[in-house]
Amino acid sequence: MKRYAYFPGCSAETVSASYHLSTVETGAKLGVEFQEIEDWNCCGATPYSNVDELLANTLCARNLAIAERTGLDVVAPCNACFKNLYQANEHLRADPDLAEHLNFALEADDLHYGGSTRVHHLIHVFVRDVGLEAIRQKVTRPLKGLKVASYYGCQLVRPDRADGFDPAGPHYFEDLMKAIGADAVEFPYRLRCCGASLMIGHRRAALAMVRDLLRGAAQAQADVIATACPLCQLNLEAYQKDVNREFGTDYEIPVLYFTQLMGLAMGIAPKKLGIGTELVSPKPVLECVARKPAAAAAASKVKVGQP
Amino acid sequence: MYTTPSFADEISNEMYATGTRGLNCCIQCATCSAACPAVEFMDHTPRRLIGMINAGLREEVLDSNTYWVCASCYACSERCPKHIQPSELMYVLKRYSIWKNRYRNDLVGPDFSRRFVRTIMRTGKSYEPGYAPAFIFEGGVQGMLREMQMGMKLLAKGRIPLIPSRVKRLENFRRMLSRIVPLEGIE
Repeated sequence: MKRYAYFPGCSAETVSASYHLSTVETGAKLGVEFQEIEDWNCCGATPYSNVDELLANTLCARNLAIAERTGLDVVAPCNACFKNLYQANEHLRADPDLAEHLNFALEADDLHYGGSTRVHHLIHVFVRDVGLEAIRQKVTRPLKGLKVASYYGCQLVRPDRADGFDPAGPHYFEDLMKAIGADAVEFPYRLRCCGASLMIGHRRAALAMVRDLLRGAAQAQADVIATACPLCQLNLEAYQKDVNREFGTDYEIPVLYFTQLMGLAMGIAPKKLGIGTELVSPKPVLECVARKPAAAAAASKVKVGQP
Repeated sequence: MYTTPSFADEISNEMYATGTRGLNCCIQCATCSAACPAVEFMDHTPRRLIGMINAGLREEVLDSNTYWVCASCYACSERCPKHIQPSELMYVLKRYSIWKNRYRNDLVGPDFSRRFVRTIMRTGKSYEPGYAPAFIFEGGVQGMLREMQMGMKLLAKGRIPLIPSRVKRLENFRRMLSRIVPLEGIE
């Protein structure tokens, strides 16, 4: 049993509850336990760095200090939470003055950060620590024929990190989708930004950025876009109608979390994975999963009948 | 003799303080502008903005929307051949403009950022419906209603809770923040 200090992030309690559910469910299938960081707080997202950098680092330091007490590595399912926690950790470890300053603040909550915690993104945990082979072994309903656009988003791969993953040409997301039987289509915009909080700060820019991604996925004939970030999911899915209205397009591409696709391939019931709360129906994906056993049976019958 | 730092020095000093390189080594190659997915919505491209800072055009720089249109995706920082981090520059300019209270008042970003920070300082966690008033600045009451419609759709799917979540040890949390910044007026 692998255990991690799990940082759900604020959106896990709101718009991306389905990501949270599917993470816990697929984790359990693969022998991974996500132990929620006790009384965690917001990572600061981007607005905090817009206002005060020290404050942004303080927020992350509190989470890292609480996690350090458990002796477990931190895992964050959200690209932005991951980037913030990872970077704050690097700053704290490299800069004793900053660490001293922040530890003075942490004292107010009876905390101290010694700098021993490591931070990972959820998808890295599945791909590297669990491993594709172990995942493949748990697949009971391979997503045969399902064309998936693997969308990394931006903060997952940037800026430079010493985590062993190639930031410019990663392929672990596609590999993971293939491991669960799906067809990972070539998606040129896979590392491009979804607009993130520009959906609030500059609506027109964000909608144009989402449009480009949807167009890319449509050109790749993807049945579904798989994401590893709540903000990417929200922007691509909930604002799809707004994109259509703004640009006269008619995209209707479901956007699911990679953990939901993994869960479906492992035979977990859709409801347990939070499926059913989307604004763009994931019907094509569910049909593929439902069709699978019957189609497989039919295929094997044909084989039996042949000489 | 007493001298004050130039605008270009102020900005580069802020960059050094965040652990990144200053702007004086920029070769104006425009790789940052080419990498930027939001560049078409900026008054000035990132390359041009760096040139303007180095030329000391303080007012023109602060009047531009460029740094508030940055989505912090780091595409520029990853590609800059001189290892400048333009995405950090945009953060620096956002902070500088909020600090100096000097930004265009038709932008949603500054107000949203302040609302966000206030929300976290009060509760320790983010809660989306609290940011809707920021839209009054961009789309007027209509803009806010449009946001509320989206909120209702998400609410109907159970994706927005009615009661905001908050950290348990809120008093400690706020005492911690007060050791970094003054909390006056944030209740």
